[in-house]
Amino acid sequence: MTRQPVWLVTGVRPYGEAPVDLVLRGGVIAEAGPGLSAAGATVLAADGLIALPGLVDLHTHLREPGREDAETVETGTRAAALGGYTAVFAMANTEPVADTAGVVEQVWRLGRQAGLADVQPVGAVTVGLAGARLAELGAMADSAARVRVFSDDGHCVADPALMRRALEYVKAFGGVVAQHAEEPRLTEGAQLNEGVMSAQLGLVGWPAAAEEAIIARDALLAGHVGSRLHVCHVSTAGSVEILRWAKAKGVRVTAEVTPHHLLLTDDLAAGYDPVFKVNPPLRTAEDVAALRAGLADGTIDCVATDHAPHALEDKETEWGAARPGMLGLETALSVLVETMVEPGLLGWRGLAQRMSTVPARLGGLDGHGHELVEGAAANLVLLDPAARRVVDPAGLASRSRNTPYAGRELPARVLATFLRGEPTVLDGKAQR
Amino acid sequence: MNRHLLSAADLSRADALLVLDTAEQMDHALAGREVKKLPTLRGRTVVNLFLEDSTRTRTSFELAAKRLSADVINFSTKGSSVSKGESLKDTALTLEAMGADAVVIRHGLSGAPHRLAGWVAGSVLNAGDGTHEHPTQALLDAFTMRRRLGRMDGLRVAIVGDVLHSRVARSNVLLLATLGAEVTLVAPPTLLPVGVEAWSASVSYELDAVLPKVDVCMMLRVQRERMSSSYFPSAREYSRRYGLDAHRMALLPEHAVVMHPGPMNRGMEIAAEVADHLTRSTVVEQVSNGVSVRMAVLYLLLAGRSEELA
Repeated sequence: MTRQPVWLVTGVRPYGEAPVDLVLRGGVIAEAGPGLSAAGATVLAADGLIALPGLVDLHTHLREPGREDAETVETGTRAAALGGYTAVFAMANTEPVADTAGVVEQVWRLGRQAGLADVQPVGAVTVGLAGARLAELGAMADSAARVRVFSDDGHCVADPALMRRALEYVKAFGGVVAQHAEEPRLTEGAQLNEGVMSAQLGLVGWPAAAEEAIIARDALLAGHVGSRLHVCHVSTAGSVEILRWAKAKGVRVTAEVTPHHLLLTDDLAAGYDPVFKVNPPLRTAEDVAALRAGLADGTIDCVATDHAPHALEDKETEWGAARPGMLGLETALSVLVETMVEPGLLGWRGLAQRMSTVPARLGGLDGHGHELVEGAAANLVLLDPAARRVVDPAGLASRSRNTPYAGRELPARVLATFLRGEPTVLDGKAQR
Repeated sequence: MNRHLLSAADLSRADALLVLDTAEQMDHALAGREVKKLPTLRGRTVVNLFLEDSTRTRTSFELAAKRLSADVINFSTKGSSVSKGESLKDTALTLEAMGADAVVIRHGLSGAPHRLAGWVAGSVLNAGDGTHEHPTQALLDAFTMRRRLGRMDGLRVAIVGDVLHSRVARSNVLLLATLGAEVTLVAPPTLLPVGVEAWSASVSYELDAVLPKVDVCMMLRVQRERMSSSYFPSAREYSRRYGLDAHRMALLPEHAVVMHPGPMNRGMEIAAEVADHLTRSTVVEQVSNGVSVRMAVLYLLLAGRSEELA
């Protein structure tokens, strides 16, 4: 085995605080402090840059196996690394579905081979995401992929009895069910948030109550059986209120919000460009404000991208025929700086909590989301908070182009990402 | 006017009045002619892209374009590559390559004309998209109202029925507001969209209370199948509460007219004796006015305002 190069990162400000030097050696932060030197080290002058623990995405669609024309584990993790991520949870709605030990191990190995970010597979809750019977959750947990998060994302586990059993069953191996909260009978054919815009555009409405009803139901179930519940991509003000209530009652519920639900609103659908079609749909400015407040006060525990690449032909079509979903990995940090850090809702430590530490702990990833101190795994991101950039879809590393931020100027830029002491990104460019 | 007509909201008050006035001119220009044809759009190609069945609207547009001497190509779902799974974008590029000056599109999905407008250089004319809009229907309705009642400003119009799924209602609400009419939507609450409060129209659940106060009562088609999704309990109950029969029609002021965009469900939203009423019903006029209004729109989009009407 070749010896890993040593890196000396100088003048960097962890969490935006006082500048220090960091020596990265043997996959860990070997030393941290002012005025360090390290023999044979490659020096990375990082004056003015902020260091955060490598970001962890609890909700990524890598599309492999099955839709390699939209994304692969390699292109998706390259996008992740460029976005400052060192670990991503790969959702189960692939073809075939990740509902067996075989498929989750395949995805896990593809991630190891690519070496751009750790890929932690999410297992399906039900066979084929069909919502009828439990997949072999224990087999996935015991596999080499050590699955701990289970989700039928894209589909709601709508049957309340089945959901109850899933919540109970995963307790045996410390698992958590991540629910895509969408009451299917209330969202048949739904295209856009139900409200002023859906009425005007003649699109079938997706009512907020369809999300809120499932969150309330599942919080009650989780409380009843004493299980953990995680709620995917919370999108409404009402959901934030229900989560606040459930947490106050002592229910072990956690929740994530996507960057796009923190920034974009349903009026973007006015031109019927399906790049703005996503599930759950973009909501109103009132919802956006409630989500930001919920993320700031901890009612919403973390940020997850719901990075959802789609081939061009699945978006260059009528709104109603297009697939829902948007890219997120390469823009998430910038969107969070714009929506949470710059308005003063979160500091850099708070941001690190919600984009790295909390998702790592929720998903049981021991090697990620640690404080930037001596001895911690050298998973970190260096970003320039003063930089601004205009998002160019053609410049993204993802195989797909469906970013809703095309042409939008966003703050902050990732300059380097280290995965266990090795740079996956340097000078804003992927190293593999 | 804009290059496209995608929504009734694209029309300013001046634009809308220009369309109505031009339609009157079209009518006069054709009246008494042995050959019902104007040379205005000779050499122009109009494609009727009808991806949802609608013989009535397609025929109306076809006749309008032919009366202006345009070359008309009908491109409908059956027998075209669309039924073989070709995407709207590929269809658009094909029409573009063939040099279509205008594409009249009817599509089952809301917003399809907006997408098409991004892919072709010619004008796009929305002939009905999903549950969104049908702007030429609103124009022909306004034309009919103005002819019958002599004005638009302050006109009180009730639009009754399945507002939720109606493209006719959406376009009418927008256009009638632009033209200064006052609209009341009448429907069971299940057939009104959430968000309707933002529309420039008032809402009532009670038809009998509204009828004595309106100049126009426009009935919308209500599909019987809606009751399988619990929008209302039965066709009979719907008809009893919201259908316009002779007895209810008597509640209208003497001068008021009854409109319907067709096709009608006789016995459901409208009784036969109302639909066929000699003085009140405008159903047949609406159809003939449709051709004039569509001629006016094609003319204004394609020939431009500077040219004199032949």
